[in-house]
Amino acid sequence: MKNNWPLWEVFIRSKNGLEHKHCGSLHASDAEMALVNARDVYTRRMEGVSIWVVESKNITATNPDNNGELFEPAQDKVYRHPTFYKLPDELKHM
Amino acid sequence: MSEAEIEKLEIAFEQKITDDVRIEPKDWMPEKYRKTQIRQISQHAHSEIVGMLPEGNWISRAPSLRRKVALLAKVQDEAGHGLYLYSACETLGVTRDDLYEQLHTGKAKYSSIFNYPTVSWADMGAVGWLVDGAAIINQIPLMNTSYGPYARAMVRVCKEESFHQRQGFEIMLKLANGTEEQKEMAQDALNRWWWPSLMMLGPTDAESVHTEQSLRWKLKRKTNDELRQQFIDQTVPQAEVLGLTIPDPDLKWNEERQSYDFGPIDWDEFWQVVKGHGPCNKERISARVGAWERGEWVRDGAMAYAAKKEIKKAV
Ligand SMILES: [Fe+2]
Ligand SMILES: [Fe+2]
Repeated sequence: MKNNWPLWEVFIRSKNGLEHKHCGSLHASDAEMALVNARDVYTRRMEGVSIWVVESKNITATNPDNNGELFEPAQDKVYRHPTFYKLPDELKHM
Repeated sequence: MSEAEIEKLEIAFEQKITDDVRIEPKDWMPEKYRKTQIRQISQHAHSEIVGMLPEGNWISRAPSLRRKVALLAKVQDEAGHGLYLYSACETLGVTRDDLYEQLHTGKAKYSSIFNYPTVSWADMGAVGWLVDGAAIINQIPLMNTSYGPYARAMVRVCKEESFHQRQGFEIMLKLANGTEEQKEMAQDALNRWWWPSLMMLGPTDAESVHTEQSLRWKLKRKTNDELRQQFIDQTVPQAEVLGLTIPDPDLKWNEERQSYDFGPIDWDEFWQVVKGHGPCNKERISARVGAWERGEWVRDGAMAYAAKKEIKKAV
């Protein structure tokens, strides 16, 4: 079939003060239609106050095959966490 | 990839399943897992979309504005469910067009229940109460299915389903407490929808070819027979509230099992319907294909308009 509508990823802010969160995808001929469709598909019950759409092909993602080298180095950096530091008990707040 | 490498990936994959770590779209997965998932999610998506037809047919004839807005909202939700599921399925590397094609050519299946006709307003009650009721029982365990996008779609779907069942039950309640004729309508709808609703939960475990592997991969979390028993146990007391009789002379409480025993299911009928010989199979598919074909000029027009805007932006 020709002329397929491209795929868009949809991000929704559920209320002010919260970040936009990915909630799914949909097909639309252009960005404007993607927003209108996203409103109908993903916010029928007041789930959102703001919508972002991004054409899926424009998203660059990490490859899970590289997860080891990308994310494992953070595992042995315990000194990045407050619990690593031993402080005297008398110290009430820090 | 060498065989040893694949084996290593397989072991890591099975470990994730055991540890209840979700599988995400770009993760390595066995080809059979991918295929099984595509089949299961797309069948589910097709069922949502075809499921709009038997109810859509009553929107214009709803007896009041209240009933009409509720039914319209329900049918719109089912379209949404289909869309959540198609997009989850597409993350497995299949295109929407392929999926539609499989539905339109009869290669893919959808739930057998939607091949039964909706002949009276009471059917809107019975469908919401029983069919959505059975769907909920089937869908709740799927919120924990192993494939991430499917599980997330199920969370949204389940949140929306409970109003579907309640609006159906309310229709039944009203009819069951109405005139003699209305009560008969409600009973007649229950008589026609009861057995197909039980069949909708799938063939018995002994006959179900995919169950074992699907359970192992946590694509399915309960067997068809378990789901069916749960549905019966939950629905019998609801029928009592309505004052209607479930059309099964063998239905009876089993003290020992703490469950209802029930009569034999006509599996020949089920397989007939699955194989395309139900009362409405042809009508459903031709309605679906017709809608798709009649919409082609709209889809093409929208793309032409988008392309034209792109060109304008460039100059
Ligand atoms: Fe649904
Ligand atoms: Fe529903």
